[in-house]
Amino acid sequence: MKPTTKLADLILLLCFAAAVAAGPVILAPIGAGYPDLLDKFVIYGIFAVGFNILFGLTGYLSFGHAAFLGVGSYAAVWSFKLISMDLLPAVLASVVLSGLLALVIGFVSLRRSGIYFSILTLAFAQMCYNMAYSVLTPITNGETGLRVLRDDPRVLDAALGRTGFTPSLAGLEMTGWTGYYVSGAILVIAFAISIAIFRSPFGMTLRAIKSNQKRMGYTGYNTRPFLLTAFVISGMYAGLAGSLLAATDPLAGAERMQWTASGEVVLMTILGGAGTLLGPVLGTGLIKYFENIFSAYNAHQLDVTFSFLPDGVREWVVHGLGLFVGEGWALTLGLLFMGVVIFLPGGIMEGIMRLGRLKRTPIVKSLGDSPQRDVIGERAIDEMPPEDGSAPARKEAPKGETHAGEPQKPVKSSEMKAATS
Amino acid sequence: MSTSPIVLHIDNVSKTFAGLLALSNVNLDIREGETHAIIGPNGAGKSTLLNVCIGGLEPSRGKVLLAGTELTGRRPHEINQLGVARVFQTPEIFGDLTVIENVMMAILSHRDGAFRPRFVTRFDQQSDIGRTAGAALEKLGLGDHLHHIAGALSRGDKRRLELVMSVVQEPKLLLLDEPTAGMARADTNATIEILRQFKDAGMTIVIIEHDMHVVFSLADRITVLAGGRVIAQGLPEDIKGNPKVVEAYLGEEQV
Repeated sequence: MKPTTKLADLILLLCFAAAVAAGPVILAPIGAGYPDLLDKFVIYGIFAVGFNILFGLTGYLSFGHAAFLGVGSYAAVWSFKLISMDLLPAVLASVVLSGLLALVIGFVSLRRSGIYFSILTLAFAQMCYNMAYSVLTPITNGETGLRVLRDDPRVLDAALGRTGFTPSLAGLEMTGWTGYYVSGAILVIAFAISIAIFRSPFGMTLRAIKSNQKRMGYTGYNTRPFLLTAFVISGMYAGLAGSLLAATDPLAGAERMQWTASGEVVLMTILGGAGTLLGPVLGTGLIKYFENIFSAYNAHQLDVTFSFLPDGVREWVVHGLGLFVGEGWALTLGLLFMGVVIFLPGGIMEGIMRLGRLKRTPIVKSLGDSPQRDVIGERAIDEMPPEDGSAPARKEAPKGETHAGEPQKPVKSSEMKAATS
Repeated sequence: MSTSPIVLHIDNVSKTFAGLLALSNVNLDIREGETHAIIGPNGAGKSTLLNVCIGGLEPSRGKVLLAGTELTGRRPHEINQLGVARVFQTPEIFGDLTVIENVMMAILSHRDGAFRPRFVTRFDQQSDIGRTAGAALEKLGLGDHLHHIAGALSRGDKRRLELVMSVVQEPKLLLLDEPTAGMARADTNATIEILRQFKDAGMTIVIIEHDMHVVFSLADRITVLAGGRVIAQGLPEDIKGNPKVVEAYLGEEQV
């Protein structure tokens, strides 16, 4: 597998930026070309891109990333209330605070790996969620949610004589298409940073940790600080996404921290392809699309769609499909997710790569849950032996001459006699 | 040989597991540039000795020093940074990375230390590290596999890769734990050949091995463990004729 070049990465970034810029046009035919939904695409895209730096590269599955999203939102609203409706201080406050929280949670959680790490992060996130509703009510305003009020100090705004109530970036109000393009530009920057991390020695260290942590130790790496750094970075991405959520709708509620939100980002990343650059963004788009479009369908619309069928059949069809739309959109998502995990364990990106490979070579050998790499074409896989990694004996070794099959095999007496004679 | 400085000093080490004596007053000095084999029947305490040296197992008594620095109680990455490279019985490599990336990781930790995150530069195979890694792989016969996923290599090539990863770190001491166990004869001979190159380059090697062919092909000195004790130590020809060794291996009735 040849390494990617700087040029290829630059092209990827430019294409990505172009896709974000043309998003309203590209997505209009499927009914997603309106700013509210596109805002969600890009903001949750940032969330997933950051999550992927942790999960995709190191394999550590955090089930508590929504805590950082929530803290980011609260920090942003407090920045709106105390300093200014400008986005810059809000983003700074969110990123710093969520980074600090990630440092604490990561420091404790990363003492364990695998399922125990996931449970620890989940526990921390649920703790944050419950505290937002209880002891922290003075800060979070409990169930009502935190919002900007008329008598808030907003010292910077007061000094500059600004009175508006819409979050803005240097005068650009974060509403409608302006809001989308500001968030979109931030997504492109976040994506560029993610590419840099993937290609850096740091990113390779994270991949190596995922591949073989024991070897890392004996190769001289202290893995925990690397993991903690990745955890903090992904927490900061989540905080950034949280502040943008607050900017498009300056009301922060604790439900953003609930475990379902943590689970959602896991789904987005796996659906798109964990460990790939584009996968998380694609996964986010798909899930948010389902959430918004499928949940909006109702029985009447289905009736209209299937009006060409005879009455009896139509009732059946509408009744059956009705389970999968509207309130039941999660059922569709669940089926889709099952399908992807079973048939494309590498997510949508694996599907795209397989198509790419089909074009080049007629025979495709699937590795099942092979390491998911973000470069199209894995020649080594084509040359894999049929067994899982246990290669057949080399050609020059005549059959039957393999020896010492079991480790700890005692020395044959004949061998020892030969040695001692 | 006996005048060279001591690299690894195992000083009167004992280890008991719940009352069971696994190691009893083991003394052993590994000198610079020698290849030292540790052999012994099953349950002799070879693995325990290895774990006491570099596996994070605390000895009940005694200590282990690497060029004067105490090793006991240190974590694997600290021991590696002090200059010990370890090769496992089953090759431990980064199976998801390419062959050259594996070696670059080893060079990187040798250059940068245990923790130095670099975000801005590229992990580039055209860099110094990449070229060094490529040359080292070429030299040991993995030049055709640079961009293959390491997990797909044959067992012999995985072992070869692990050895390249060790040697690029220029270790003070290379520790091998049954490096040819479960290998085909051809792969065993290839491994012996590589280790002989290392030996000729002056590397200090400790090898724990069952295969007498490997031991007598490489070792300058041999230590025989049995029942947690050192029962013999010396040059290969002395060990061969030592009746205590024959007895430990074959049992009394066969002597």
